[in-house]
Amino acid sequence: MRLLFFYSFRNLLTRRVTTLLTSSGMALVVFVFAAIIMLAEGLQKTLIETGLDNNIVVLRRSATTEVQSIISRYQASIIETQPEISLDRTGARLLAKELVVLITLRKKVSNSLANVVIRGIERTSIDMRPQVKLSAGRLPKPGTLEIMVGNNVAKNFKNAGLGNSIYFAMRSWTVVGVFDAGETGFSSEIWGDSDQLMKAFRRNAYSSIIFRRNSNFDLPSFKRRIESDPRLTLNAMVEVEYYKKQSEMMAKFLRILGISLTAIFSIGAIIGAMITMYAAVANRTAEIGTLRALGFGRTNILFAFLLESLILGFLGGCTGLIFASMLQLISVSTTNFQTFSELAFSFRLSVGIVTKAMGFSLFMGFVGGILPAIRASRMKIVESLREV
Amino acid sequence: MIVKILIRNAFRHKLRTSLTICGIAIAILAYGLLNTVIDAWYAGVEASAANRLITRNSISLIFRLPLSYREKIRSIDNVEIVSYGNWFGGYYKDEKNFFANFAVEPNSYIKLYPEYKIPENERTSFLKNRRGCLVGKKLADSFGWRIGDNISLISRIYPGKWEFVLMGIYRGKQKSVDETLFFFHWEYFNEMIKKSRPFSADNVGFYVIGVDNPENAALTAKTIDKGFENSLAETLTETEKAFQLGFVSMSESILDAIKLVSFVIIVIILVVVANTMVMSVRERINEYAVLKTLGFSGRHIAILILGESILITTIGGMVGVMATFPAARIFSYAVGTFFPVFNVTKETLLQDVIVTLIVGITAGILPTWRATTIRITDGLRKIG
Amino acid sequence: MDTLEPIVSINNVTKTYKRGDQIIPVLEEISLVINKGDYLALMGPSGSGKSTLLNLIAGLDQADKGVIEVGGIDITVLSESELSRWRVSNVGFIFQFYNLIPVLTAFENVELPLILSDLSGKERKEHVFTALKVVNIEDRMSHYPSQLSGGQQQRVAIARAIVTDPTILVADEPTGDLDRASAANVLDLMDRLNRDLGKTIIVVTHDPWAGKRAHTVKLLDKGVLSDDSQDTHS
Repeated sequence: MRLLFFYSFRNLLTRRVTTLLTSSGMALVVFVFAAIIMLAEGLQKTLIETGLDNNIVVLRRSATTEVQSIISRYQASIIETQPEISLDRTGARLLAKELVVLITLRKKVSNSLANVVIRGIERTSIDMRPQVKLSAGRLPKPGTLEIMVGNNVAKNFKNAGLGNSIYFAMRSWTVVGVFDAGETGFSSEIWGDSDQLMKAFRRNAYSSIIFRRNSNFDLPSFKRRIESDPRLTLNAMVEVEYYKKQSEMMAKFLRILGISLTAIFSIGAIIGAMITMYAAVANRTAEIGTLRALGFGRTNILFAFLLESLILGFLGGCTGLIFASMLQLISVSTTNFQTFSELAFSFRLSVGIVTKAMGFSLFMGFVGGILPAIRASRMKIVESLREV
Repeated sequence: MIVKILIRNAFRHKLRTSLTICGIAIAILAYGLLNTVIDAWYAGVEASAANRLITRNSISLIFRLPLSYREKIRSIDNVEIVSYGNWFGGYYKDEKNFFANFAVEPNSYIKLYPEYKIPENERTSFLKNRRGCLVGKKLADSFGWRIGDNISLISRIYPGKWEFVLMGIYRGKQKSVDETLFFFHWEYFNEMIKKSRPFSADNVGFYVIGVDNPENAALTAKTIDKGFENSLAETLTETEKAFQLGFVSMSESILDAIKLVSFVIIVIILVVVANTMVMSVRERINEYAVLKTLGFSGRHIAILILGESILITTIGGMVGVMATFPAARIFSYAVGTFFPVFNVTKETLLQDVIVTLIVGITAGILPTWRATTIRITDGLRKIG
Repeated sequence: MDTLEPIVSINNVTKTYKRGDQIIPVLEEISLVINKGDYLALMGPSGSGKSTLLNLIAGLDQADKGVIEVGGIDITVLSESELSRWRVSNVGFIFQFYNLIPVLTAFENVELPLILSDLSGKERKEHVFTALKVVNIEDRMSHYPSQLSGGQQQRVAIARAIVTDPTILVADEPTGDLDRASAANVLDLMDRLNRDLGKTIIVVTHDPWAGKRAHTVKLLDKGVLSDDSQDTHS
């Protein structure tokens, strides 16, 4: 068996150009496959990490995103008095009534307009999001026209860095801080004082309420209570679930795009492998005859050629994945169709993706090699020996 | 004679040649489809008229403008027609049945969009009936709607069930016109809002403005925005084209990815064809050496090999181009209203042809170089 | 042979090959004159350099040193493309493995070298017919090489070699791949070409039967040329 492996491997070495071309075709397919799945994975991970398990989001019932949601001050006051809200060390409730609106800013690179989430926060908002860490400047003072921006906003948008002022809603807002929320959606947001923003936008209602649950919290019973209250037309969900839902459509779109594209591409690569392997069989007819004459069985020949093709697939898979893994250094910023706002995220490689891509690559090698290998194994000894 | 050898060489390995042709056909098909997808993305930009302006709230699309702006805009020089509307965000029965739907002021809107062809009687009955709606042909067909049908939509933004009667079906004057839109009376919309949410009534999402002459568009846009500076709702006015481009640029990264991917597919197919040529030439290196012995020059050999490469790719390319049309139709049907306009353009076909030729030539270069530079005595020695 | 007009004259030709960093001498200071209408056989063990010498005469390879004149032209100073053009009208080739183009019929294979000349289509056809008639294979002219026997293929190859009416005919092991009967047939044909049509023929062979047909036999061993002891005129 080891000899067989070396036989296949050396044959590939002798036909260097062809081996290189065939496996690089496969490598490209694997690269595209991995890249798109990595993008979907990155998007999903970013949004899932945005939410926390013990935070609860309350929105208006028909709304699927915070931007669409409206919660009146009266409704907010009812939520505030629910018993399942945990308290911080000072005894204050860990609950924030937030305002979420979109504003348009110009991107640095393309100069095009994009929607950015601006979140009106309360002091407790930061306490409930441990992912958010100030990386430059300071926190905005409550009651002022000061804002802080996520690092992706500072990086991708014009005039949105520390010390700049952004003009919207007839007021000029000073950026006093830049925060880093890691790979979460918050890194693509702007945060400012909730009351000041409501005044500026002339809104008398909040968008969402976030609170930290305590040990008494039980989602079904809490939901039932809120939904049966005629004063509240609200709905509650765990923050993780809320953000997971926001990535669903886009991730699904990317996955479908990735799978259908690679399906088409793989046909090309499989054809390439088939051409190569058929040629390999044809060129080595005499050799096959010799091997058979020496006593190698049909299955040995079949395996030798199949192995050759699988090695091609393996080489392609490795090369493709090496290039795909370099993508992890790149960050992508695009509009999430579901929330209509700009979101930055990066390619993520996971063990699952590596396995899938490698399996896919070997599959291409297998499909490309099986027919030629069968042809090789079916050759008649005498006839193949005669051919020079 | 050279041509004869070239053609016969191309079909010497029937299996290999047909596999290669098949590969190219698929690649060109995929390339054409991806190009068409990109075109579909830009369809709104293509279809926009140079004399139409869109005015919206400068903060962002989710903020509205007061209805009172209409009279102010109308009084501005060069403005001929002012229409307005709201994005409704509705869907039919299930969230999956999603399409663009607007509440618009119908009289002015129809005047502003002459590219919507509506039969005369349907137009008058749509304008008369306050709960009437006007729907694109493609959209009506996809749900099997007929004139007179009752249609109810559910909106993500505006609660409740909204009932409409289908009064008109429009068709596009050109292929580029979106036939998947749904329009209804703004008056009806505003009345319903007044009942449920009085504070947000009498607000419009956008104004569409018809300018007398496209040359005045930029200036008029500036004048409008100046007029509302430092007011409660500042405006942002753009030409329809710029407005549509803004939408496209939101998904820029995805478009870039698709462009990159369509480039990758060319490289893949290039690799496949180059491989075929490398193998064929290696097997025939002896013949090329004989030809050289007989006095044929490197140029002749180059014609033989490049010609064969181009011949194979051209056949594959033609098959691919021919397959693009039915494939585009199937694709367009499958994605439904996601891409309202999905046509294979002449530019796409031209690009297909160019790509095919480039692949054909590039794939032949390496083997040509090998065959022309190899020493005759070495070439003759490689037998069988 | 009364008119002893030299048609090929080789003067102090040396040729070496490089294998890795080793330099292997193949031909050392070879000098040789071949007269018009001669029929010369180069014989010797494999690796003796006889094919190399033939390739040099035919302008397929270039010598390191020395002068090779064919028909009064020093071919060692010609460029690659000049050599190409020179070969078309001056050299006819016969190979061991015939080397016909598999995708062309016998007729087309013979016509092949003529498309490089400026003959009209009609003239070309006439030439091809004449050449096919000489080798006596007109009845098979629309067959492809794979449909012909080895002897028939070699006859087509000979027709291809003479169709341009070249100054010299060179043959490298023309019978090496043929059975006895076919070989004899091919050798008879070469005799006729030399005797009746006055063709100058240079053949490399290690087949003694083929050697016997030549007027002159030269032995080549380890890059050195010597006359054969038995100068057999047929």
